[in-house]
Amino acid sequence: MQRVKVRADMPPGHVRTPAYLRGKIGVTERLLGPFPNPEDLAYGHVGQSLILHRVRFSMAELWGDAAEAPEDTLEAEIYAHWLEPVDAP
Amino acid sequence: MPHDHHDHLSPSGHPYRPDDDQPLSYWQTLEIAVRELLVEKGITTPADIAVQIDAMDARNPAMGAKVVARYWTDADFAAALIEDAARATREMGFDIGPLKLIALPNTATLHNIVVCTLCSCYPRNLLGLPPDWYKSRAYRSRTVREPRKVLAEFGVTLPDNTEVRVHDSTADMRYIVIPNRPGGTDGWDAAALADLVTRDSMIGTGLPRTP
Repeated sequence: MQRVKVRADMPPGHVRTPAYLRGKIGVTERLLGPFPNPEDLAYGHVGQSLILHRVRFSMAELWGDAAEAPEDTLEAEIYAHWLEPVDAP
Repeated sequence: MPHDHHDHLSPSGHPYRPDDDQPLSYWQTLEIAVRELLVEKGITTPADIAVQIDAMDARNPAMGAKVVARYWTDADFAAALIEDAARATREMGFDIGPLKLIALPNTATLHNIVVCTLCSCYPRNLLGLPPDWYKSRAYRSRTVREPRKVLAEFGVTLPDNTEVRVHDSTADMRYIVIPNRPGGTDGWDAAALADLVTRDSMIGTGLPRTP
């Protein structure tokens, strides 16, 4: 599975990437779409056609030492423009 | 300040809900204005709107329960549901509109639970309206951070070696958890099995009933 990093940006306006996932590294579990970008649609613009990733994160990655159970996982849908590739470790 | 409980509790012992005497909010006013304009311009009618409200109210967890029971009893359907849950559900005859759906099967070592931290995304076109708590800030914020504690409060305690997988419904897809088939149901038909499937078991906050 492809490793990806969620951009750590904090832009204003209608954003569909939850803040707690920004800057976090996960793996793309499956690809969906393309769908029109909801961050464009929210302002009445034509939505740019984007691939939607379902990204799987470990709770350890999201919450560090505060994780309730580090091996548990979380999956979320993240649009392609929010993701950066991660080099293999 | 008198605290005579007769002022606060109904005869059945519940607190009275305060009357909603507030003026309309900005968004309520906007909704009424847009709706009236759409009617005035002949784009929709009050009857059409009532039909849509009735159609939404007619959707309920029993539809999802039939999908789960068929997953348990029909291997071809189970494969089709994993491949494309919306298509398989439509082919069962359910009118789910434009819903895009992913089925999340639990296993002996994996428990799925669904939340929408950004708002309250829910597979309404299959399961009907979400429960109030699904939209609460507490459920939305805590489920991604301490899902096991949230599950325990719903009465679901999982072994440590079961992985909990939280699904944050952030964009275009909606989710239905496929709970594990309860033991002691060998030979049951789909209709009998569907009666065991609860709404919460399809959100992941509950387990199916046991026979």
